[in-house]
Amino acid sequence: MQPTFSSSRILQPVRPWFIVASLLVALVLNFLPTDAWFWMPDWVALVLIFWSIREPRHVGMGWGFVLGVAMDVADASLMGQHALAYVLATYAAAALSRRILWFPLGQQALHVLPLLLIVQCVQFAVRAMPGIELPGWGYFIGPFVGTLLWWPLTFILLLPQFQPVDHDANRPI
Amino acid sequence: MDHQPPPFFKRGPAPLARLSFYAALSLALVFVDSRFRTLELARQAISVFTHPIQQMAHAPIDSLRNAGDFFSSVARFEEEAVRLRREQLERAGTLLRAEQLEAENERLRKLLEVKGRQQVSGHVAQILYAARDPFSRRVVVDKGLQDKIVAGQPVVDAAGVVGQVTRVFPFVSEITLITDKEQAVPVQIVRNGLRSVVFGLGNGQLELRFMPANADVQNGDLLVTSGLDGIFQPGLPVAKVVHIERDTSYSFARINCEPVAGVENYGEVLVLDPREVAALPPELNKEANSGPKPAAKPAPAKKRALKKD
Repeated sequence: MQPTFSSSRILQPVRPWFIVASLLVALVLNFLPTDAWFWMPDWVALVLIFWSIREPRHVGMGWGFVLGVAMDVADASLMGQHALAYVLATYAAAALSRRILWFPLGQQALHVLPLLLIVQCVQFAVRAMPGIELPGWGYFIGPFVGTLLWWPLTFILLLPQFQPVDHDANRPI
Repeated sequence: MDHQPPPFFKRGPAPLARLSFYAALSLALVFVDSRFRTLELARQAISVFTHPIQQMAHAPIDSLRNAGDFFSSVARFEEEAVRLRREQLERAGTLLRAEQLEAENERLRKLLEVKGRQQVSGHVAQILYAARDPFSRRVVVDKGLQDKIVAGQPVVDAAGVVGQVTRVFPFVSEITLITDKEQAVPVQIVRNGLRSVVFGLGNGQLELRFMPANADVQNGDLLVTSGLDGIFQPGLPVAKVVHIERDTSYSFARINCEPVAGVENYGEVLVLDPREVAALPPELNKEANSGPKPAAKPAPAKKRALKKD
């Protein structure tokens, strides 16, 4: 597989343990006491969307559901709130995966923005049903920050799959 | 004859089928948790897995904070010790008298055959962190089922009421602050004994609701718990009135209050022991037991209403 479908570089196959490790690291990042910084992106959503775009057959809605329930318990929010948001976002990401990977990174990030906004909006909709108001517009800044992080995230998470460029491979003697 | 594809093309159920399954499961969780609140056991079980990860995430930050404390100057601690000693001396007079007054109050209550007041006691707990949920105001403290904390216990700090325990996990418990939108505390005004209920506004302030526009409330009035709910001990300071708006087009006055306790601060809090249930006189008990059966049914609803109000 290539970094994008239009690239001519071939990547090594992904290692399953690296996917699990990156998702766990995202969970730890989400658990950091950063509640005062409302602009922090939802790391689990970002990494989940990344892997369901790159490897829709390895990471699917099951992972989204399990991580969502873990977030619900740790966050003291309504049970199923994160789970529903993550499941919907992973489904949309996996469905769009074939299309997104044709684009360069900048346009990929533009595809990721609505997915991250889905995560926030679904959570808000679930909580708004019993009549809770929006906790300020800062609530929607996280997805934009997450979109900007798409460049470094792609680079970091694909790093173990890159092969060193061998200049001798097709050089005439 | 079935025309199944060869097994090496099998990819499990279609994505849409999986989506409907997981979405339905999550919606069911949302519905059950918001309506019936029966998922507490599942929450406790899952927290056994998430809690160690949370602790791992907090460990570096805690150690950084501890390192900062370690290097802070000895002079500051000495200063603090001096200040605390002075404060203790200043309060010694009131404290000594308070003990004597309490004993006298007890004796007088016995003379008048009024029910005695329960002694206040509880567990000191440390606030670990604020819950990340942006829609509510909750904190997590380091005492849980292991320390026999139960949901509903009131939580106070040195100045007044902080909140109420709403969920208990094996090692930690969640406290809903009085500034949360769904939290209400029955109070009375110290100056004239007027009873009301104070609600959180979600922005760090409180609101005294359902007070008529001509109610006798003044700026600076202190609100203390009335104890009518059967959960909070009577007489704990809750809030101070800071702003009153009497608009004749509304039947109720808009009264904003500020919590007395350091509700949004981090530090130690006291989780008070649950209040003893006042026993009914035996003849009333007999009447209740011999009454018609359906009378027993509405009891849980009443209990929940009490907890909310």
